[in-house]
Amino acid sequence: MSEYILQMKEIVKEFPGVKALKGVKLDVRPGRVHALMGENGAGKSTLMKCLIGIYHKTSGTIIYDDREIDFETTQEALNNGISMIHQELSPVLERSVSENVWLGRQPMLNFLMVDHKKMRQMTLDLFSQLDVDIDPDELMKNLTVSQMQMVEIAKAVSYNSKIVIMDEPTSSLTEREVGHLFRIIRELRDKGVAIIYISHKMDEIFEICDDVTVFRDGAWVGQEEVKNITMDKLITMMVGRELDEMFPKTECEIGDVILKVEDLCAGKLVKHVSFELHRGEILGFAGLVGAGRSETMEAIFGLRTVTNGKIYKNGKELNIKSPVDAISNGIGFLTEDRRAKGIVPIRSICDNTILSSLKTYGTPLNHRKIRQDTQEYCGKINVKTPSIDELIQNLSGGNQQKVLVARALLNDPEILIVDEPTRGIDVGAKAEIHSLLSELAGQGKAVIMISSEMPEIMGMADRMIVMHEGDVTGELKREEFDQELIMKYATGV
Amino acid sequence: MDKFKKFCKNNTIWVVLIGFFILAAILSPNFLTWTNIKSVLMTESIIGILATGIMWCILSKGTDLSAGSMVALSSCIIASLTQLESYSMRMYPNLNMPIILAVLITLLVGAVVGAFNGCCVAYLKVPAFIATLGTQLICRAAAQIYTNAYPVPELKPGLKFLGQGMVFGVIPVLVLIFAIMLCISGFMLNFTRFGKNVFAIGGNDQAARVAGINVEFNQMCVFIFSSVCAALGGVLLAARSGVGNSAFGQSYELDAIAAATVGGTSQTGGVAKITGVIAGVLILGIVKNIMLLIGINAYWQNIVKGAIIIFAVVIDMRKNARKN
Ligand SMILES: Nc1ncnc2c1ncn2[C@@H]1O[C@H](COP(=O)(O)OP(=O)(O)OP(=O)(O)O)[C@@H](O)[C@H]1O
Ligand SMILES: [Mg+2]
Repeated sequence: MSEYILQMKEIVKEFPGVKALKGVKLDVRPGRVHALMGENGAGKSTLMKCLIGIYHKTSGTIIYDDREIDFETTQEALNNGISMIHQELSPVLERSVSENVWLGRQPMLNFLMVDHKKMRQMTLDLFSQLDVDIDPDELMKNLTVSQMQMVEIAKAVSYNSKIVIMDEPTSSLTEREVGHLFRIIRELRDKGVAIIYISHKMDEIFEICDDVTVFRDGAWVGQEEVKNITMDKLITMMVGRELDEMFPKTECEIGDVILKVEDLCAGKLVKHVSFELHRGEILGFAGLVGAGRSETMEAIFGLRTVTNGKIYKNGKELNIKSPVDAISNGIGFLTEDRRAKGIVPIRSICDNTILSSLKTYGTPLNHRKIRQDTQEYCGKINVKTPSIDELIQNLSGGNQQKVLVARALLNDPEILIVDEPTRGIDVGAKAEIHSLLSELAGQGKAVIMISSEMPEIMGMADRMIVMHEGDVTGELKREEFDQELIMKYATGV
Repeated sequence: MDKFKKFCKNNTIWVVLIGFFILAAILSPNFLTWTNIKSVLMTESIIGILATGIMWCILSKGTDLSAGSMVALSSCIIASLTQLESYSMRMYPNLNMPIILAVLITLLVGAVVGAFNGCCVAYLKVPAFIATLGTQLICRAAAQIYTNAYPVPELKPGLKFLGQGMVFGVIPVLVLIFAIMLCISGFMLNFTRFGKNVFAIGGNDQAARVAGINVEFNQMCVFIFSSVCAALGGVLLAARSGVGNSAFGQSYELDAIAAATVGGTSQTGGVAKITGVIAGVLILGIVKNIMLLIGINAYWQNIVKGAIIIFAVVIDMRKNARKN
């Protein structure tokens, strides 16, 4: 018996035109949480996909449970005790939660019929064991992104695997659920399960992980025990240089009210929301999952039907029926749901970047200017790609997100609403995006920022509004920011 | 050698087209005659014009099954408006309309039908397959009612010129019009905002909406364009055959969809190439022609056609599968 449950050696993976992995290794011990870190596009997800048979490695060896393996399909990996929570969720939206959990392995009544009652009970058992509070009969499409993420986590755990891979599992969870996930992880770990944990959130690594392996540009940089390493050292390993500042917040003058929202109601999750936004301000929205922050912003942007309330810009009432109206009124929006509402997967980076700004390129479209702008904006935030003609679906998750940020910035809105702007983005690029947002505010524009990352929102916002189940429960000035106070408002007590 | 292989891989469809062309030339000495080639081009031009329109529908994740019966309806309308004044049984005995106006009216009818399709799909959220299936029945019946299901003959020479005439004595007008439509379509696809919008809608309609694209309006435009193309096809078919007929255009929409599909327009939306449509139209045209020339019976022709379509989609899917 080797001390490792999994050893990957000299793994190489080539895509047409790109060498994503250039001979990396990974040694995972049972009963440990192993962090896998690196910048966007370093090859973390690719390595995991090679392990579970979604991709096939070009060369290298994988030793799992003392035998050499090379899984052809995910099914095979699951049967052998390796399950994975994917970075990009792909639930079957039209089916129920329990059907999603047991997809492809439903309990059968006989050789033909699915035993729905048992399936429902199994889901209930699983959820109560993990302390998840979601109705198994609810349709998947009615869940919030973070609830979907919890379902996905429950599903991965339900395989009783020896290795659970988690690819940015917390990117759409809020603080409380992260705590919840960490409890689950510790339980699994104590049972001897090995966990491979991919995340860009430093504090999580130090809280939950035992070992860490770092990749850079598809190459192995080093492996350390977390207790022997400092945050700065880790960042230097990842980025290859030292980072000046995480939250480059520049104080700038707060001007007149640019946007005023009065008594806004939309659906169940936006109840009489009122707030003001000033020029030169970054207004943070904090809250737990289901607090209605994204819903409020979607309502302002014309993606949801507003049932009550008024929106004023510069004192003039706006009538926004669709995103087209919002954009022509100078409001920009970066969605939190990158895959469903953000990217057009089968189009190039270039086409994705300019999608909101097509109007500015005339007819016939000025292709030279389009390419110039794409180069400029994608360069600014460091999108890592062989060419801007690459299909966006071939980029790593973080790089896709960067392209969406570029799209929002290129459109040059007066009011920019960003919903989880740095989800899945590496530390270096995160700082870059923060400074771009600061810059926008400095130009007398205004930014609304929803973020579930406490340090981010506390570091960047001038003022913060806290929501709880569709109500605004608190408003804090920068001097008053305090994690406990925010949590108090967010939980509505 | 490697370069050649790569070239073949990236231009599979043209390689296949050349292959069929050579095969046809070997199988039948009559294939390479100018008369034959001209006739193939003229026949396929009409299908081709339909295909350029339908390509847009497929690109935006829809389809247009009404194109064939739109051909019938518009052939009847244009014919009824351009009958010879000397013909005693004219539908409108006192009418004397300039041909250009008659064509415009017919295209306008096409636009109205397209707008109806577009409305159903974009605003009422009827699946395109169902909406256009309904319009297919409606258009065919409208043509039959309009003409009592009799052919409408004796058309003015000015109109017939569109379908039978030659420019500079060599280029059929019909083929020229097809070329113009291809250029227009290609231009819209690659150089206008509309083209980019439709690509985005086909690729991910929700993302397109969030990015500030008016999804419904653009879908509407797509269906209007497709139906106008079909109406133009009807005008040209009437011009070519010298009659309008409510039985025209049977299953033309399927041929057009097939041509667009063979040309690499993906049924999952978001992928299309105008050069692909040209190649698709020509491949199916040549295959039809070879079988005619070497005297294979009509039933076998359809079997071969069906096989080619499925084969084209299999290749397309495999290309996608390998990428992931
Ligand atoms: N299907 C593909 N085709 C071509 N290139 C790909 C494909 N999948 C990934 N790549 C490339 O491989 C590299 C590694 O991507 P990967 O998704 O593994 O990064 P990652 O480390 O998970 O980054 P992130 O933190 O952003 O998720 C990237 O440069 C990406 O462009
Ligand atoms: Mg990844």
